[in-house]
Amino acid sequence: MQIPAAFDYVRASSIDDALALLQQHGPESRVLAGGHSLLPMMKLRLARPEWLIDINELTELDYIRRDADVLRIGAMTRHTTLLESPDVGRLFPIVRDAEQVIADPVVRNRGTIGGSLCQADPAEDLSTVCKVLRAEAVIRGPNGERVLRMDEFHRGPYETALEQTELLCEVRLPVRQRSGSAYEKVERRVGDWAVAAAGAAVALAPDGTIEDAAVGLTAVGLEGTATEAETLLRGKRPAEELFAEAGRAAAAACDPVADQRGPVDYKRHLADELTRRVLRRACGRAGAEREG
Amino acid sequence: MQVSMKVNGEEVTREIEPRVLLVHFIREELGLTGTHWGCDTTNCGTCVVLLDGQPVKSCTVLAASAHGHEVRTVEGLASNGSLDPVQQGFMAEHGLQCGFCTPGMMLTARALLDKNPHPDELQIRQAISGQICRCTGYATIVRSVQWAAEHPAAAGDPPGTGTDEEDVRA
Ligand SMILES: Cc1cc2nc3c(=O)[nH]c(=O)nc-3n(C[C@H](O)[C@H](O)[C@H](O)COP(=O)(O)OP(=O)(O)OC[C@H]3O[C@@H](n4cnc5c(N)ncnc54)[C@H](O)[C@@H]3O)c2cc1C
Ligand code: FES
Ligand code: FES
Repeated sequence: MQIPAAFDYVRASSIDDALALLQQHGPESRVLAGGHSLLPMMKLRLARPEWLIDINELTELDYIRRDADVLRIGAMTRHTTLLESPDVGRLFPIVRDAEQVIADPVVRNRGTIGGSLCQADPAEDLSTVCKVLRAEAVIRGPNGERVLRMDEFHRGPYETALEQTELLCEVRLPVRQRSGSAYEKVERRVGDWAVAAAGAAVALAPDGTIEDAAVGLTAVGLEGTATEAETLLRGKRPAEELFAEAGRAAAAACDPVADQRGPVDYKRHLADELTRRVLRRACGRAGAEREG
Repeated sequence: MQVSMKVNGEEVTREIEPRVLLVHFIREELGLTGTHWGCDTTNCGTCVVLLDGQPVKSCTVLAASAHGHEVRTVEGLASNGSLDPVQQGFMAEHGLQCGFCTPGMMLTARALLDKNPHPDELQIRQAISGQICRCTGYATIVRSVQWAAEHPAAAGDPPGTGTDEEDVRA
């Protein structure tokens, strides 16, 4: 029977209360969001917090709000809510693509966007999604609020810029004109973590050339985004040969390791092929928006 | 610590350790062993219960987090002595063999039908995709949920007692 080691539990009643509790209980305290990464780690003794500060009652962190040219998503927004949001699906189809393949529907009822980004598992799909959408993380702590770009927030596998006394409160996705995005993942079976996955977001210029592009990869050891591929794409007209070139560049930039999900050359092949597919789809979607 | 929640419509209060998982709270503290417990790793879905109407894997939720909320288990599906249409569907269409996955499957089916009374086959398959059945091959589970969708008000005698026309066909 897998049971976590003993800990003390307290429920936060507001964001300020959660911040006060984090300070009061110090380094051995952790925030409990959906618990779908933290509780499994605690069962395996990979995490042994002495205090859990439950933030599930903080409905003030569960929202999706459109504000001029930014979509604000509260940290406690569950995967299911993201998947079912028409605003998210229309503005950021990459989020819908990814949410359809994150875990399974029951897990998605519980897991949150905040927990996903804070967990920073190298196979976490939303980390890639937020990176290519150039999202910002709104963080609150004892000294007030700070806003970090995703590349500043995400420091590496299981590592973020969050201090122990801070709470991730909001994720901001910038809305861009003539843009499109897509995500595709290869998994061993439904609900599993990625063998490899790719995400892309592009914005087209009025003449149809690629004004800006972001390419990210999941679970294959790419820190940040595939900058060489992005440079190749900028200023060019979307075309199959261009996507292939970008795919090769992204595959060359990543650094997968062999594990039970597959050998290195297979994962690198996936990085290449999936990059081509998401670019094709993202450009198609951006083009449809440009005409529409 | 003390936790209170509504389980199948009844208020319950218990003194527990904070680390008690909802599945063990339900099975051991409340003695409701209809909720099964299998993989422990959030994969098999036999521990699914409804938390405020939504299916969750109760091996990965703290009982403490359910404090003040509503939980529905398989024991809460039947009402006033009548089986839920989902339960009747599982009987009519042979939706179970060993029965290990069945409580979780039925609760997910109930939540699906509450949200979408006329799901197509793909929607049913997607809804149960986080739950494993080692016996049926899923086809009869899908048909059971379809049966329930077609008989939303089915109540009273369970199929198989000779009063339901569907039995003749089955
Ligand atoms: C069977 C299974 C399959 C899965 N498959 C996938 C998959 O394919 N792809 C994928 O991307 N994910 C997958 N996941 C992970 C899932 O998306 C989790 O929900 C997610 O990783 C964590 O979210 P959570 O809300 O459960 O966070 P929790 O487990 O509650 O927290 C995770 C960590 O983040 C911290 N934290 C949480 N919220 C905050 C906050 N607001 N501020 C500061 N710190 C915070 C916690 O203290 C903890 O350290 C899977 C999980 C399971 C159980
Ligand atoms: S016991 Fe909970 S998912 Fe298997
Ligand atoms: S009926 Fe045996 S596992 Fe589903």
